[in-house]
Amino acid sequence: MTMRYIPHTTGDVTQMLERIGVATLEDLFVEVPESVRLKRPLDIQEPASETELLRELKALALGNATPETHKSFLGGGAYHHFIPTVIDLLVSRSEFYTAYTPYQPEISQGTLQAVFEFQTLICQLTGMDAANASMYDGASACAEAVLMAMRLTRRKKVLLSKALNPRYRGVVATYCRYLNMELVDVAVAADGRTDLEDLAAKLDDSTAVVVAGYPNYFGVIEDVAVLAEKSHEHGAKLVTAVAEPIALGLLKSPGELGADIVVGDGQSFGLPLAFGGPYVGFFAVLQKDVRGMPGRLVGETTDLEGQRGFVLTLATREQHIRREKATSNICSNQGLCALMATIFMSLLGKQGLREMAEQNLAKAAYARKQLSGIKGFSLVFDGPAFNEFVVRSEAPVAEVLSRLEEAGILGGIPLGEDYPEMADCFLVCVTEQNQREEIDALVAALQGGAA
Amino acid sequence: MTIVGTSGLVLNEKLLFEHSNPGRKGYSLPKLDVPAAELASDLCREEIDGFPELSEVDVVRHFTRLSTWNYGVDSGFYPLGSCTMKYNPKVNEAVARIPGLAGIHPATPSHLAQGTLELMYRLQVDLAEISGFAKVTLQPAAGAQGELTGMLVIRAWHEARGSKRSKVLIPDTAHGTNPATAALTGYDVVPLASDGVLTLEEVEAHMDDSVAALMVTNPNTLGLFETNIEEICKLVHERGGLVYCDGANLNALMGIARPGDMGIDVMHFNLHKTFSTPHGGGGPGAGPVGVTTELIPYLPGPGVEFDGEMYQIETPKAASVGRMLAFHGNVGVMLRAYAYIRSLGGEGLKHASEMAVLNANYVRARLEGVYDLPYTTRSLHEVVFSDKDLEGGCHTLDVAKRLIDYGYHPPTIYFPLVVKGAIMIEPTETESQEVLDEFCDAMIAIAGEARDNPELLLQAPVRSRVRRLDETTAARKPKLRWQETS
Repeated sequence: MTMRYIPHTTGDVTQMLERIGVATLEDLFVEVPESVRLKRPLDIQEPASETELLRELKALALGNATPETHKSFLGGGAYHHFIPTVIDLLVSRSEFYTAYTPYQPEISQGTLQAVFEFQTLICQLTGMDAANASMYDGASACAEAVLMAMRLTRRKKVLLSKALNPRYRGVVATYCRYLNMELVDVAVAADGRTDLEDLAAKLDDSTAVVVAGYPNYFGVIEDVAVLAEKSHEHGAKLVTAVAEPIALGLLKSPGELGADIVVGDGQSFGLPLAFGGPYVGFFAVLQKDVRGMPGRLVGETTDLEGQRGFVLTLATREQHIRREKATSNICSNQGLCALMATIFMSLLGKQGLREMAEQNLAKAAYARKQLSGIKGFSLVFDGPAFNEFVVRSEAPVAEVLSRLEEAGILGGIPLGEDYPEMADCFLVCVTEQNQREEIDALVAALQGGAA
Repeated sequence: MTIVGTSGLVLNEKLLFEHSNPGRKGYSLPKLDVPAAELASDLCREEIDGFPELSEVDVVRHFTRLSTWNYGVDSGFYPLGSCTMKYNPKVNEAVARIPGLAGIHPATPSHLAQGTLELMYRLQVDLAEISGFAKVTLQPAAGAQGELTGMLVIRAWHEARGSKRSKVLIPDTAHGTNPATAALTGYDVVPLASDGVLTLEEVEAHMDDSVAALMVTNPNTLGLFETNIEEICKLVHERGGLVYCDGANLNALMGIARPGDMGIDVMHFNLHKTFSTPHGGGGPGAGPVGVTTELIPYLPGPGVEFDGEMYQIETPKAASVGRMLAFHGNVGVMLRAYAYIRSLGGEGLKHASEMAVLNANYVRARLEGVYDLPYTTRSLHEVVFSDKDLEGGCHTLDVAKRLIDYGYHPPTIYFPLVVKGAIMIEPTETESQEVLDEFCDAMIAIAGEARDNPELLLQAPVRSRVRRLDETTAARKPKLRWQETS
């Protein structure tokens, strides 16, 4: 058989077998014992032509609700933002997307320079000294940050703010599962920030790390300076997790406020929602901790002729050299997604990121104001907020959200599953993509049903 | 011989930051249609120090130029062993960009996400069929995260039975991710010696009641099928352990033999290797994990379920090891892999494996006698040579660099560690006989150059945008970011 991705003609196969010195293809598999051979064809659907495939999958895609078919107010760690047209066209240059990890720097300078630029942009954004070439997503980056803090402090107690994205908390728990670590929750205060009294009560000299979101899961902006100060009093590290990095266009950088490790997700920087991935985790540290960090790093150097060039460096931290003593097992990362984020940051630049952050702030503030006046609904937290907020409903949340769906609105994420004490609440996200009419429609739909 | 490598006009390009010009912009946003809002000034930063200011043209030209300094599968032959650099079909890219699939938020309720959920479910079922496992989770983001998932599942299974085993056996041919993963799961690593393939005696000598699992790669990193796999699995099971398989090399076996039928308990797939999704200059990949029936309760969640009418995101079971990522995994990569499986069908997948094995054996036949072949057992999808017979004081690194001048991406070098000066070639099935012949001619010519004019190798590459780079200084005085003063 011939197939468009496989060039062998029958004649080629015959010639090649002859050169190898065997009679049949079967003879190439002599080392595979008869007892483990599959003696029937694979039970997989018949092959589809290009036209059939696209027709079938486009039809299936109609079963999905997206911000194109619905007014969407979903956030919670994945955000609907403006994606400049340029990004997809540039990452479709196949010299970028059909290459792999730049093991051979002489023919990988494109990837390497772009990663060096990504590392630099993440440092500038977070106020940190060094950033790696990417992690899988914000949650796994957060888990790796906890492990790094454990190695740096040689301590085992981890304090996780309950206001940290519950999915991030879940991944931290998975990664720590068999490493004899103690995970302790820190309560949320009335303003929606991490409760400082509870933190003070739980912080002690066995604490390796305190982890908080910035903004946190409820959209509230934590007082990172105070969290850092309290953590450092006990020799613990502060990890700040930024699930919505557009906020850093406006907010003080975590580095400036004293964070020791800053992680986050770059999805907001030009990556499609894609039902949760691929996204891109970022990971930034202080200069003194560079050699303890996970993941690939690109460094500047020169070639034989003195030209500037870039290489993978400090590889002695990594699994292919250090094996079981490596700082992480990560190998493949999210390179192309990091490139997308790099292009996004280049286009938006200094002014654009700030303007986008201000628009998010303004839209969410407008929505909060409008929603707060509706009978049967109230805002839960009064701390400073970015583009998300929690709404409490007198009517059951499931009913409210399903009524909104009928009006073509994805109204928010119900919080009951992750926070049983907040079963009457949902999380609303408003970005620069939500026009005023959409917000007004949300308000009208809630008004209509709440009476 | 036609030499593929040549020189063209390659353009210089500064760093983004060196192009920046205050006041320039490369974006447009709609006018704000609600009243502006303000945050307390003590929360706000000044401008982001050093962030670039560029026009759209600046940005487009910048990244276009950078792209020309790269070599990808679309540029030419990329025989990077163990990475399965096969052609990345373009229709897969179109599939991942279908608006309804690319634009859906991960928190969309299941009944409004039926399209994506159905595709994920179909992929789970197809991967289970290809591998012979009872169930597959799609969540892990890459091979190494798949390994972590699998080893967590193994540990959870042991703990549920009150077993406190502390060690994992790993052959010396393994990828570095295997021991690193075992450590992340809280296990101590016991290395096993192999002589090409793992022997039952070697496993027997180390397999006691302190050993939780054996991690194998099959076919292994020498491209050899682990012929004793059934007996080994049986022994490990008899002594209370489980067997993990690194599925990096599944491209040799589709439709030929299934790891689940060999007695293996857990295996990860690399969708970016076997199932043709692009490697993206380092990622994203995806590392689904298949398990036997007994291990299903421990799989990470959430996963996709089908009740005969609706596809649902299921809540993880109580025994689950938890979630590996914030959401449902690298769904965009899954869509591409599904498109690949649909395009080939069962027979096509088997054909792909057969042609991958044919290609590796063809390269082996053409280069045997020119380069030292340390293991002579019949190879599957890749073949490992060494630099033992190379003359002129040249080594594997020099061959690799000289291949660049000839227009090829070098093979994987110095891995597996058991072969000194290893040259690990994996051609994949998407290369024609003509391409393989040109590559082999180049390899043979290079061996001749090493003998007659070694400087050609030692100075190589000379045609690339940059020459050999000073990696020692890069590591000794790391410069990991641009700074204004630099």
